Amino acid sequence: MKTTRREMLLAMGAGVLALPYVARAQAAAHVVVVGGGFGGATAARYLRRADPGLRITLIEPQQRFATCPFSNLYLGGLRDWGSITHGYDGLRAAGIEVIHARAEDVDGAVRSVTLSDGTRLGWDRLVLSPGIDFRWGALAGYDEAAAELAPHAWKAGPQTQLLRAQLEAMEDGGSFVMVVPEGAFRCPPGPYERASMVAHYFKTHKPRSKILILDSQDKFSKQPLFQQGWQAHYGEMIEWIGQSDDGLVAEVDAGTREAVTVFGTRHKADVLNVIPPQKAGVIAERAGVADQTGWVPVVAERFESTLVPGIHVLGDATIAAPMPKSGFCANAQAKVAAAAIAADLAGREPPPASFANTCYSLIAPGWGISVAGVYRARDGKVVEVEGAGGVSPLDAGPEFRRAEADYGAGWYASICADIWGAA
Amino acid sequence: MIHLLSILLLAAGLGAARAQELDPAAVQVLAGPCANCHGPEGRSPGAIPPIAGLPADAAAKRMLAFREDADPSATVMPRLMMGYDEDEIRALARWFAGIPK
Repeated sequence: MKTTRREMLLAMGAGVLALPYVARAQAAAHVVVVGGGFGGATAARYLRRADPGLRITLIEPQQRFATCPFSNLYLGGLRDWGSITHGYDGLRAAGIEVIHARAEDVDGAVRSVTLSDGTRLGWDRLVLSPGIDFRWGALAGYDEAAAELAPHAWKAGPQTQLLRAQLEAMEDGGSFVMVVPEGAFRCPPGPYERASMVAHYFKTHKPRSKILILDSQDKFSKQPLFQQGWQAHYGEMIEWIGQSDDGLVAEVDAGTREAVTVFGTRHKADVLNVIPPQKAGVIAERAGVADQTGWVPVVAERFESTLVPGIHVLGDATIAAPMPKSGFCANAQAKVAAAAIAADLAGREPPPASFANTCYSLIAPGWGISVAGVYRARDGKVVEVEGAGGVSPLDAGPEFRRAEADYGAGWYASICADIWGAA
Repeated sequence: MIHLLSILLLAAGLGAARAQELDPAAVQVLAGPCANCHGPEGRSPGAIPPIAGLPADAAAKRMLAFREDADPSATVMPRLMMGYDEDEIRALARWFAGIPK
């Protein structure tokens, strides 16, 4: 293993940090990337392309990464599990060192990261793309033990498979109840696509069953398009209750599979899916880059922490509105950050930031919808380009919906190839 | 005369700023999100048309038509292209034209 400048300095003791810059010729700059999902794996890959001389290490606990995008299609029976998981051979072939461990701690002052296997790595730049963690207990009655009875399935993995197993075990005529959390959450259209895919499964296997969405919000992403599609494909199967109609859930009882609203209405479910309140992945707290909101403020031009210089943060963990918390956005942010890091390490001015997003949702087989946006950075903030973006037209015909269903699948194939594909 | 000169200087300055803005590193960043749907380097493995190696003029014309919402077969592309100016669109067309299919 090569020793980086930072590790040499670490080995020599913190006192030498005051020494002037050590020429890069002595050791390749080391970029450590924490998180092998849409943000992190993209960053590693695009850093490699930007500068073949960099040493790049990717830290990711899972041998195979299960994506949240398309996990709803797995729940609906339209995808098998293998098709939504991806390994790291492509990244290794690209010359990226991949370590399957958990990042436990970050020291931004001495620039090190400590892994679950005890390894301590030095870095010249750190990229954190930790996704979300849950604010366990923020919703009364819902903790990690409760999630084994009433799954969240909001991190793709065993939770998703548990929810699928519960749907399969449910009798025809049962009720699927979903709780949508307060505060910012990963994938704004995700709950409604999930309801659509569960409805598809019920329609084809358990047609007397019902779906109830208890929502903390009064309106939601792509709402008219979803409601139009639900009516067309599922009739009255899906009922949505917004906050002002007593949709806000105050407490859940995972044992009895009940959700209780703030006004005391009890909804009994046969399958209860609780999407809990969220925050940035815990490593962001350890690194000192999360603020009091639980999320990570960044300088939009570089997606670098406003709190700890040298640490770039990507994806769902960040405060990047008007960009949504989507895999597409994490990937777009990673490319901007990679370009900025490579330029900075080479002593060049970073190129201007530019981002885009397209989120497809599948309502039924052959019936897709989308929302898009184009973004730039201005004075440290992400700004949406006015006049661009928006949702699929409400008055479009079945051909348009079919094309967007096909393009949704095309998007998934392309972005996964971009991130985890062969080098 | 002085007025005209200052306009010319201003125009030259803006031109230089534009040229600088669209250096290869900037175009590469502009092109970054294209891969998310059209595949790595514009080589699509799925249902979305590939864009690598398309002739630059034809590609720019198509993108500008999307931008004017003048392509009846379009779905999401008009909404995306409205976020880019003509210089950026032409630079993107040249960028993907330079990548082998």
